[in-house]
Amino acid sequence: MTGARPKTGAQPATGRRLGVRLCLRCRAATRVPAAAAAAARLLCPRCHAPLHERRPGSRSVCAALLLTAAILYVPANLLPVMHTRTLFGEDDDTILSGVIALLHAGSWPLALLVFFASIVVPLLKLVSLGWLLLSTLGAPAPAAPRSRLYRMVEFVGRWSMLDVFAVTVLACLVQFRTLANVRVGTGALAFCAVVVLTMLAAQTFDERLLWDSDAAA
Amino acid sequence: MQELPEALAEPARGRSVAYVWLLPALVALATAIVVVQQKLSQGPTIEIGFRTAEGLEPNKTKIRYRDVDIGEVTEIHVAPDRKQVVVTARIHRDARDYLVEDTRFWVVRPRVVGGNVSGLGTLVSGAYIGVDVGRSGVERRRFAGLEAPPVVTFDVPGREFVLHADDIGSVSVGSSVYYRHIAAGQVIAYALDPGGNSVTMKVFVYAPFDQYVTDATRFWQASGIDVSVDSEGVKLHTESLTSLLEGGIAFQNLPGVERAASVPADTPFRLYSDRERAMRQPETLVDTFVMVFDGSLRGLAVGAPIDLGGITVGEVKRISVEYDRRAGKLRFPVEVDVFPQRIRSRTRDGAESVPADGSSSAAGRAFIDEMVAHGLRAEIRTGNLLTGQKYVALDEHPRAPRDHVRWEQRPALFPTTRGPLDEIQESIGSIAKKLDQVPFDRISARLLTTMDGLDHSLADLDRLLRRVDTDIAPQVEATLTEARGAMQNAKSALAADAPLQSDLDAALVQLAHAARSVRVLMDYLDRHPESLLRGKPKEAP
Repeated sequence: MTGARPKTGAQPATGRRLGVRLCLRCRAATRVPAAAAAAARLLCPRCHAPLHERRPGSRSVCAALLLTAAILYVPANLLPVMHTRTLFGEDDDTILSGVIALLHAGSWPLALLVFFASIVVPLLKLVSLGWLLLSTLGAPAPAAPRSRLYRMVEFVGRWSMLDVFAVTVLACLVQFRTLANVRVGTGALAFCAVVVLTMLAAQTFDERLLWDSDAAA
Repeated sequence: MQELPEALAEPARGRSVAYVWLLPALVALATAIVVVQQKLSQGPTIEIGFRTAEGLEPNKTKIRYRDVDIGEVTEIHVAPDRKQVVVTARIHRDARDYLVEDTRFWVVRPRVVGGNVSGLGTLVSGAYIGVDVGRSGVERRRFAGLEAPPVVTFDVPGREFVLHADDIGSVSVGSSVYYRHIAAGQVIAYALDPGGNSVTMKVFVYAPFDQYVTDATRFWQASGIDVSVDSEGVKLHTESLTSLLEGGIAFQNLPGVERAASVPADTPFRLYSDRERAMRQPETLVDTFVMVFDGSLRGLAVGAPIDLGGITVGEVKRISVEYDRRAGKLRFPVEVDVFPQRIRSRTRDGAESVPADGSSSAAGRAFIDEMVAHGLRAEIRTGNLLTGQKYVALDEHPRAPRDHVRWEQRPALFPTTRGPLDEIQESIGSIAKKLDQVPFDRISARLLTTMDGLDHSLADLDRLLRRVDTDIAPQVEATLTEARGAMQNAKSALAADAPLQSDLDAALVQLAHAARSVRVLMDYLDRHPESLLRGKPKEAP
C-alpha cells in the first residue's frame, strides 16, 4: 500500500522534532523551553495542565486494559449471556450457542452478523491492538498502514455491543412471569466488559507512538 | 514557531506507580475464583443406558427427583455395541449422594397404562428423566435406565413379598393387590423361573397393610369372575371391576388362625389360582394309593377329586402308563392322594370310630382293610355328562369279589371295580354280539318268499271285492230301500198328531187321576186306620 504512493522526500514535521508540545487538555501548542531540564515537569501556560510529549503510561495502561479484556474474553464466550425460562423449560445461551441457534433457524445472514460482531471483532481487536502495542517496542516499521489499522479498530469497536444490546432489550421486554422470562447471564457482563475495555484501550493508545517507530523516520 | 508560548517548567515529582496493572490482576483473580467455584460446584457425571433416546435432548432434558431439577443431560450417543443409547448427564453437586447402586432412572413421557394416564405435563414441557433414589450406600456412576416408571418408589412405606405361581394369570406389572377388597399393594415385577416351569412375582404391600401379611396368609389370583352354582343358586364373586379388567391378587389370613406371626420382607408365598383353593386347610397327612382301572381313563384328569359319599377326600396325583410284561398288556395306574384327616373332621366322635391317621398307623390300616373287606372299592364315575369329566368314587360294593389292599406295594395298591358306565358298555357289547349272531340273510330270504305269498293273497282279495261289487251290492241296495220304508211307517205312527199318541195321552191323564185318588185314600187311612174296620165316621154337623 505504502509502496504504491509517491514518497515525499521530506519527513512530516512532528512536535518532538520541532521541540513543540500540545496540551492534551486545551489543545494549545507550546514550545519547550530550551533551558528546562530533561527531568523537569512542564505545564500548559494557558490551563496549567501537565504537558507530555506522549500520553503518559499509554503503553502500560493500554497493555493492562488489553490483558484484562483478553482474560474476560474467555468467560464472555463460555458463560451464558442469556437465561431464558419458558413454559417448556429453561435454557442457557452462550454467544456461540445463539449463533448456532440462528443458523439452525435458517437465518444465516443474522448468524453471520452476530458471529462477526460478537466473536470475531472483539478477538480481532484484541489481536490487532496487541500487535500495534508490540510494534511500537520492536523494530521500526511503516507507520501509515498501522495507523489505518488503528483507526479501523477504533471505528469497529462500538459494533461489538450489538449482542449486549440485544440481550438487554430482550431481558427488558420478555418478562411474562411464568410464561416466558429472560434474564441477563454473567457472560453478558463479561462480554460487555471486554467491549468496553478494548474501547478504552484503543483510546488510551497514543497513536503518535506509531510514528516514533516509523521505519521512514 | 517563535510566537508559540513557552511551557511553564516545574520541578519534577516522584514517578507514579503503575496502578493500572492491578486491574488485570484483579480480573484474573475473579475469573479464577469463578472458574474454581464452578468446577467445585459441578457435580459428577453419570451415564444411563436406555433403549431409545425418544424425547431426550442434550442440554435440554433435565433430571428430576420429586420434580426438582438435580441435573441435566449433556450428551446422548449410541453405545458401541449398538444395543442401547447411553445418556450422559451432569448431576448437581448437592445431589451426588443420590447416585447409589439401587437408584433408578426412567424417562417420564406421556403414558397410558391400564386406564392410568401419567406424564401429561411432559406433552408440553418435553420428556425428562425421573429418579428414584435408592437406599444403598455404594456409589455408582453408570446406570441402566428403566423403560417404564417403577410401580413403587423407595420412599413409599411398605414391604415386598415374593409369590410363586404356576402361571401369571392375567396379572401384570402394576396390577393391584387387594386385602379385603382394599387396594393394598401392587405387583412390581415378575419373571419366569430358570426352568421355565413357574413364575415368580414380586408384590409390594403398602405400609398399614403389610402387617397383615403373616405366616398364615394366603395369596390368590383375584382376577376374573368366579361363578359358582350350588343348591342356593348362582353366586358371582369378583374382587373389583378394575381387577376384572387388569387382573389382581388378593390376600387374607386363613380363617381360624389366631396367633399368626408377622413375616419379614421378601418372604416367599404361594399364589393360589382362586380363593377356595387358597383358603383350604393345608393337608398335613397324605396317604398315597395306586389304583389300576380296567376301563378307559379318558376324562380323568390330574387333580380330579376322590369322592367318598359326596365328600372329597383326596385328588388324583398322577396318571401313568405301565407295561406289565408278565400279563403282556398295558396298565394305567392312577396315583391318588387321600387326606385321611378329612374323614375324621366329618365324623362326630372323631378318632374313636375312624382312626384318622390313615395308613401311617396300624389302626388306620386295619380300618381301611375292614372297609375294603366290606366291599369298599374305587371306581371311575362320570361327574359331568356334558364335558365327560370323571372322578374316582369310593363306594361299597357288597357283592364285589373279595379283595384287599396290597400294603406291600409302594404306594399301596387299592382294589378297584368297574364303573357303571363300564358295565353299560359291556352289556351293550354283549347285545351287539347277540345281534351279530342273528341270521339276517336267511331272514331276509324268508321274508322275500313271504312277501310273494302276500302278493298272491292280495290279488285274491281283489277278486273277491270285485265280486262283492257286482253281485252283492245291488241286493244290499234293495234291502236298504225296504228298510227305509219300514222306518217311514214307524215314524208316522209315532208322530205328535197320530191317533195312537192322543189315546196314550188320555190314558195317562186317567192314570194320574187314579193315582191321586189312591193317595187321598192312603192319607185318610193313615189318619184313620180304624176306618178300615169301622168305616168312615159320620161327619159332625
